Amino acid sequence: MIVETGHYALVLALALALVQATLPLWGSRKNDPALMAMAPSAAIIQFILVAIAFGALTWAYLTSDFSLANVVQNSHSQKPLIYKLSGVWGNHEGSMLLWVLILAFFGALVAVGGRRTPQNLLATTLAVQGWISGAFLLFILLTSNPFARMLPPPAEGNDLNPILQDPGLAIHPPLLYLGYVGFSITFSFAAAALINGRIDAQWARYVRPWTLIAWIFLTLGIAMGSYWAYYTLGWGGFWFWDPVENASLMPWLAGTALLHSATVMEKRDALKIWTIFLAILAFSLSLLGTFLVRSGVLTSVHAFATDPQRGVFILAILVFFIGGSLALFALRGPLLKAGGIFAPVSREGALVLNNLLLTTSCATVFVGTLYPLALEALTGDKISVGPPFFNYTFVPLFVPIFLAMPLGQVLAWKRGDLLGAAQRLVVALIVAICGGLILAAMQGEPVISAVFAGLSLFVIVGAFVEIWGRISGGGLSPSVMFARATGLPWSAWGTAIAHAGVGVSLLGLAATGWGVEKILAMRPGDHVAVGPYEVTLDKVEPRPGPNYDETVAHMTIRSGGNAISTIEPSRKFYRARQMTTTDAGLRTFSLGQIYAVVTEQNSNGEIDVRLYWKPYVALIWIGAIIMALGGAISLADRRLRVGVARRARQAAMQPAE
Amino acid sequence: MIWVVFAVLTGLAAIGVLWPLSRARGAPLDGDTAFYRSELTGIDTDLQRGLVSESDAKAMRAEAARRLMRTEGAREESGATSGTTWRRRIAALASIVMIGGVSLGLYARIGNPDVPDLPLEARRQAPPETPDLMMAISRIEAHLAKNPDDGRGYEVIAPVYLRLGRYDDAAKAWANVVRLLGASPVRETSLGEALVFAANGHVTPEALAAFQRALALAPQFQQARFYIGLAAAQAGDKTRARDIWTKLVAEAPVDAEWAGVVRERIRELGLPEAEASTDARPSSEAGQAIAALPDADRDTAIRGMVANLAARLAQDGRDANGWAMLIRAYMVLKQPDDARAALAQARKALADDNEARARVEAMASELGLGG
Repeated sequence: MIVETGHYALVLALALALVQATLPLWGSRKNDPALMAMAPSAAIIQFILVAIAFGALTWAYLTSDFSLANVVQNSHSQKPLIYKLSGVWGNHEGSMLLWVLILAFFGALVAVGGRRTPQNLLATTLAVQGWISGAFLLFILLTSNPFARMLPPPAEGNDLNPILQDPGLAIHPPLLYLGYVGFSITFSFAAAALINGRIDAQWARYVRPWTLIAWIFLTLGIAMGSYWAYYTLGWGGFWFWDPVENASLMPWLAGTALLHSATVMEKRDALKIWTIFLAILAFSLSLLGTFLVRSGVLTSVHAFATDPQRGVFILAILVFFIGGSLALFALRGPLLKAGGIFAPVSREGALVLNNLLLTTSCATVFVGTLYPLALEALTGDKISVGPPFFNYTFVPLFVPIFLAMPLGQVLAWKRGDLLGAAQRLVVALIVAICGGLILAAMQGEPVISAVFAGLSLFVIVGAFVEIWGRISGGGLSPSVMFARATGLPWSAWGTAIAHAGVGVSLLGLAATGWGVEKILAMRPGDHVAVGPYEVTLDKVEPRPGPNYDETVAHMTIRSGGNAISTIEPSRKFYRARQMTTTDAGLRTFSLGQIYAVVTEQNSNGEIDVRLYWKPYVALIWIGAIIMALGGAISLADRRLRVGVARRARQAAMQPAE
Repeated sequence: MIWVVFAVLTGLAAIGVLWPLSRARGAPLDGDTAFYRSELTGIDTDLQRGLVSESDAKAMRAEAARRLMRTEGAREESGATSGTTWRRRIAALASIVMIGGVSLGLYARIGNPDVPDLPLEARRQAPPETPDLMMAISRIEAHLAKNPDDGRGYEVIAPVYLRLGRYDDAAKAWANVVRLLGASPVRETSLGEALVFAANGHVTPEALAAFQRALALAPQFQQARFYIGLAAAQAGDKTRARDIWTKLVAEAPVDAEWAGVVRERIRELGLPEAEASTDARPSSEAGQAIAALPDADRDTAIRGMVANLAARLAQDGRDANGWAMLIRAYMVLKQPDDARAALAQARKALADDNEARARVEAMASELGLGG
């Protein structure tokens, strides 16, 4: 009964989405507050219903209810509990349900937190959100129903794809979806603004928290996915310019651009049309990513099932929303009042440069990802646009971004002083050059790594120059400086920290050039030097697991003759699916990592081992976490919480400040 | 019970959506002034931080004020809120129709309200009288994994595998039955059959060997002979296939379902039909002689034989097999009216022999002459 209740709740959620998509929109056109007030209620109830459905599916997984085809195909009664849980979304149907759950969750958040948003905007936004969730609920119910029954129920399931039997599955998709789907809110806000015809600085203020939330989760989701690929795929790489990865990078680039242009819109009432366009673009790219991954256009671990019917359905959704929003944009865009004017050398100018570079790099990724697919579809030729393409196009676009980031932070609004700004950055420049030289002396070749390391130090130090200038100044006591530091707006700290995070990630990327790679066959007892460490293969032995058989290599890491740690790279053979996976052995020493992968043991007792020493590699992901932290601090800014929130009545009660 | 849950869910959803409609609403909140104030605060902060110059800050304050006036103006243009009762009634009706119609309509199509939850643990502990085939299979499998020499277990599970479409498992199980309990015509034939199914209907050499072993034990075993015929047909030897199958049909009891299948197979061969040699009369030699005749002559010959048979039955009607053959012959000759007439005669002639009449009736309905 629980299963069918979940099934019915999902159908009912579709009905609610339809109500939400139509009646509030009508109310908004007619300015009828009662009809508009239906939107928040519908959004909240819809979320509750989808949550019931998701809970029912989760329950079916936990109890191994093999009367559900979805559970049969992706679960196994012997599977560890965490994978029974994460297996709910480790498949096409379940992941789409998670997608809709998060969509409904954001809708409910807007409904609850949007009491202070103008009712017209709120109702229209939620109506657009209703269209989106309605489309995806229909998609799930008609083509990918997780509640499809299988009768009679088999006694055992087919198990989950072994590559997905990893804690990463519990974290990566929800984070990424929170990011992707978070942009649906900015999209809905943009569409609502176009429908209502009112786009102003205030709009940017309402949208900012949602953009930030989406951006934070997308940043974390991408970083998590990259780390997961790093330790399970066993190639020592962390980013492969794989189309699926690019599909998540594109919304991130567009979203980052949106975050910055929305600041200009909020502060200066400028770049309005552009910001609306970016809001549409960010979500369109999220949808495109969903289409690429879910339609089976791309074959990868993410393409759980390839089914033309689903692909066509998602393509229809894609065309409807992207085409519809762009048509709306073309219709309404020219009617919008252009905003303020500003000098090229100004904070706004720097943000425009940031936008130009970010959207260009986004376009580059877009071309590099879709061109091979389009070519294959049209001519049947298979070409591979690999890392070289992106290294020659994407990297040159990002170098000016890194150079301009600290500069933009110290420029003033409206009219900036380039020379003055440059002078304030002298400290950062000195640190960058010295640091680059020291690292070059320590690590040696290649020079390019030292150059990029210097650049990253410039970004990190430059991120704090503006704040330092505010809180320091001629022999102030520490307590005064602390008071000044806490007195700064949180968003200023958020910006600085997020920018520093970019620098930290860049440092980790730059340091990959100093890595050491050893590929060799080892016998137990052999030892080999990798970077500053020595690795000994102690023994290779089998080890049974719950639903797999494992071959483990025990290795000892020594530094200067002393054993400091052990690692256990292994290969797992999953019985139900007859598949083998590799588990890398990883140990972190002062931000660098020893990384080991083994292949099968030869008949003569040797085992092929790949060993890497990756200095500072952990900084890549630590940087991403710092970026997200910066976003979170910015999100906590007072002006987002109270600024608009203060009601006119309250404002009248406190006339002066 | 489940419908009560559905009804409650639907009702709550509908009430939740309709609730705001029933409440009078005040004017929308004024966010604009508040926003303007926060903008001014922001400009002050930026001024303190040195992010704007004093003169620019002044200009920005003026800009913000202009924006506020513009939005206020726009709001006045858009006019006061209007809420009419008829619109709310339509909205209420529309939401009820949407909620009720969509959810019930769609769920009725895709839902399975009668299927209960079937968690694995509950199925394992279910009392044995509730049939759960899959759990029973898994129990037998677990038993066989522990006692791989229990031939009886394999013999029980093998036909189940076949019915479930798990042909490879069925073949393995039958092979184990033969290994452990010894060969028999049924076991060998079942093994061969499972192998044929596993090969998408193709009689593999392995399967053929099994059928031949079955026939070595019991030369008249019909099921094995059918597959030997199938192997011949697949190997291109259509005549041999037809001969084997024709003989099978001839031996078949009138009510044997499989006879119809075999006859269908014979027709698919596309060869002229050899006259079925039953115990009724025409010897197989006569049949072969007729088959060897040119087309026109053969037709005449067959018609002659049918006429003879009809005449004989008109004199002595207590021969069910004879009637069956006559009716079938008329159908083959595409004379359905004659066939119906013969059926009516047969009913009369066999009026006091229920069993014989039933056999004729069964055959007639098989030919589409029922009633």
